[in-house]
Amino acid sequence: MRALAILLAALIALPLAAQDSMPPAPYAYRQLDDPEQEAAAQELMETLRCLKCQSQSIADSDAPMAGDMRHQVRIRIAAGEEPGEIRRWLMDRYGDYVSYQPVMSATTWPLFAVPALLVGIAGLLFWRRFRRRA
Amino acid sequence: MIAEIGLAALWLAAALAVLQLVGGVLALRGGIESELAGLTRPAAILQGGLVAVSFAMLLWVFAITDLSVKLVAMNSHTMKPLIFKLSGAWGNHEGSMLLWVTVMALAGALIAGVERRLPERTMQATLAAQGFVALGFYAFLLLSSNPFERLPQPAVEGLGLNPLLQDIGLALHPPTLYFGYVGLSVAFSFAVGALMTRQVTPDFARAMRPWILGAWVFLTLGITAGSYWAYYELGWGGYWFWDPVENASLMPWLAATALLHSASVLASRDALRVWTIMLGVVAFSMSMLGTFLVRSGILTSVHAFAVDPERGSFILFLLALYIGGALLLFALRAGSINEGERFSVASREGALVVNNVMLSAILAVVLLGTLYPLLTEAFDVRVSVGPPYFNPVGAVFAFPMLAVMAVGPLLRWRKDSWARISKEIALVAALLLAALILCTVLFGTALLPLLGLSFAFAVGVASFLPLKGRNLLRVPIATWGMVIAHFGIAVALFGMASEGAFSQEKLAALEEGGTTAVGPWGVQLESVDPIAGPNWTAMAGQLDVSYKGGEPTRIAPESRNFWAPAQQTTESVLVTRWNGQLYAVMGGENNDGRWQLRLWWKPFVTFIWYGGLLVALGGALALIGRVRVDLRRRSVRRKLAMRRNDEKALA
Amino acid sequence: MNWRLWLPFLIFFGFLGLAAYQLSQPKDEFIKSTMVGKELPYFTLPPASLDRPGVDSRYFHAGGPKLLNIWASWCLPCIAEAPQLERLKEEGVEIVGVAIRDKPSDVMRFLAEHGNPYTRIGRDDLSEVQLGIGSSGVPETFVIDGEGIITYQHIGDIRPEHVPVLLEELRKAEG
Repeated sequence: MRALAILLAALIALPLAAQDSMPPAPYAYRQLDDPEQEAAAQELMETLRCLKCQSQSIADSDAPMAGDMRHQVRIRIAAGEEPGEIRRWLMDRYGDYVSYQPVMSATTWPLFAVPALLVGIAGLLFWRRFRRRA
Repeated sequence: MIAEIGLAALWLAAALAVLQLVGGVLALRGGIESELAGLTRPAAILQGGLVAVSFAMLLWVFAITDLSVKLVAMNSHTMKPLIFKLSGAWGNHEGSMLLWVTVMALAGALIAGVERRLPERTMQATLAAQGFVALGFYAFLLLSSNPFERLPQPAVEGLGLNPLLQDIGLALHPPTLYFGYVGLSVAFSFAVGALMTRQVTPDFARAMRPWILGAWVFLTLGITAGSYWAYYELGWGGYWFWDPVENASLMPWLAATALLHSASVLASRDALRVWTIMLGVVAFSMSMLGTFLVRSGILTSVHAFAVDPERGSFILFLLALYIGGALLLFALRAGSINEGERFSVASREGALVVNNVMLSAILAVVLLGTLYPLLTEAFDVRVSVGPPYFNPVGAVFAFPMLAVMAVGPLLRWRKDSWARISKEIALVAALLLAALILCTVLFGTALLPLLGLSFAFAVGVASFLPLKGRNLLRVPIATWGMVIAHFGIAVALFGMASEGAFSQEKLAALEEGGTTAVGPWGVQLESVDPIAGPNWTAMAGQLDVSYKGGEPTRIAPESRNFWAPAQQTTESVLVTRWNGQLYAVMGGENNDGRWQLRLWWKPFVTFIWYGGLLVALGGALALIGRVRVDLRRRSVRRKLAMRRNDEKALA
Repeated sequence: MNWRLWLPFLIFFGFLGLAAYQLSQPKDEFIKSTMVGKELPYFTLPPASLDRPGVDSRYFHAGGPKLLNIWASWCLPCIAEAPQLERLKEEGVEIVGVAIRDKPSDVMRFLAEHGNPYTRIGRDDLSEVQLGIGSSGVPETFVIDGEGIITYQHIGDIRPEHVPVLLEELRKAEG
């Protein structure tokens, strides 16, 4: 089922509208020369959502806009910006949607509260179940 | 005529499902001696035969490409090779639903035919539940997705000659997942049956266990294959994206894994009764939830399936009916079921409880992360939950579980002491610590891959400890199954951690004749050749790749341009060595005439899927072992009964 | 009665309600910009055609509210919205265009074919302005007030029924 899905996705992944004829942005498919900076950029790109595609990070997409976003990330990293700043810059523009890494906020706190609660429940469960016999 | 036979068989099967339901319910109320109760089992068996006929008819119309049948005209073509004509029968919504009910009805026929361990009332209730579930799917097929619908005018030619969709992986993948889902539906029926009669016994767990094991093996294979598929098809080297559709296939697996372990506690020790029932309901609800999420298109996924909100509503209705009903029954009945035997923390059961709680917590996290965007969208806020969330939060529960998994199988049932296995615990802990320190010093990468590598090492060694000091020839097959499955988890973990820690990426722009390197590989772009396919043209990069300066191999990744519909795809090429894969993707041409190449060297990445296969193999061995023991027990029981009869006759 | 046994049922019921609600809602693929209400970021773009100047963000700081139209010659919905832009222009609205990933020759051909409602057209080859104002596709139209504050975002092509909405937003931006 999923395999079929992927192929169907391949069929619709590229918008039906015509594609632009411009070459990709300079740093869309080019790595930074400094391997440390490139690693930082790569790590950040994997956590940023491609806005034009369905559920893909900009590191995994051939969409031109994803290429432009990779370009932005790489030149900003090369210019010495921190990955956190770049993420915040994008989140200022697109909200929580653009980042796959939810940050604790008024809209996302349950994502962190529930696992914490689960840890608590698990601990309580073990404690109550085994207290008398351990 | 053929299509009409198929449709008629399907209607008859639906009628028999009603009979099965009514018979089972009457047996439950009036006692198993009532007249209709005797019909429940035959109804289930005959129903299996009828649906099989119906599915055979569908295969037939696809084999002869009967273009007056709408489904054939939409999805097939006279020029297709026979194998893809046949697989086309279930490569679409209607056909795949018919495949689902076929497997389901055959499973129902099998339990009706052979399962005699349980009290007859529980069995009747189980078959009634099975009939009820099947009935919903028959209704879905007959009322909203009839696969045998005729066209008013036969089509001149079919529409389904897309060569992209002619792939053997595509032909086999959906049935694999369906076998898994159906196995869980049988476990669900058993759980509901036991809940109705409040007879949650070790026999119930033993009857249910082969179905869980079977489902688990197929789900494992399905996820492993799907992950490899995504890995080479999407062309970016990722093997798991935490995409909603992927999560939809992972959640039933997590629930089935937990169920498998709790059922084995119930079967061996008569403990965890209520919990096992709960997991039986949850496991099937996860497969239905997955189907709902995938087919309704309610969540945005990279693997967008042919979605249809109307079908989504129907599946949601079935989900509400079955799962809502079962959970209501659970809330009403579970209070009156005894928890079962108690046990101490230092016992096999104790370790399995840890496993169950951790797996359930991971399941809850995946469920939450998958559905959370849906929740916020109701308030017009859009959020994304992705790998940076799932990986660490899942790891919080996964690593403690792995630690317990390493030593749990060494513990004895009911009551054991840590002191007895202190040597083994010390060994595992020492291995873990040594691996952790060694990996930190040698590689010093991020925390999760480090933990992954050291746990993979420790768990890999620990998984063989249960065999220590035993005569290997006399170890039961089921135990071998456990050992291999646990080892498979360690192998897969090693693959994932290596992929995370050691992958090297190279984006290069090369002119013809240019060279580059990625990890230990040297890569030379010899030439770029245009080639043409039936409905595409491609640029194929002729690459000579050599590992550590050795003999070069020629590979040719392609960048394909399709027309009608116009689209671009990449055909990546993988060079597999025992210690990893080179992953090469051909990109476009730069304006300076150089060609873009994406190259990855992924050490040990293949271990992810080898691990998955090992886990499935372990499950299959456990299944074989359990069924063999069951059969032997049955024949012993028969012989005993015969001897008793003989003695009686002699007396 | 044990209340904990009802928990799974209640959670499931919650999910059911949510799923049923979402199924009944039209699927909304738009990602809204969170720049609405904030100041237009600084940018300068070279001209995208031979007969219109390029765009500088400071241009929006004077001369009343304007529309900022993100478009491209390769985008099909942009053809569909061309008559509506023409109508807005006739109503006296100033429309500034930003052409995304576009070649001047294609831009010229598009404008010759479908009309040119723009006073200025900037050329955004790297989607920098698009990213800067939180736009995620073409076409999109932003209302910018006389002080350079983004006051409204319209996603997708402008249909005839959207014209009064945009005029109203422009009027609001004035006051």
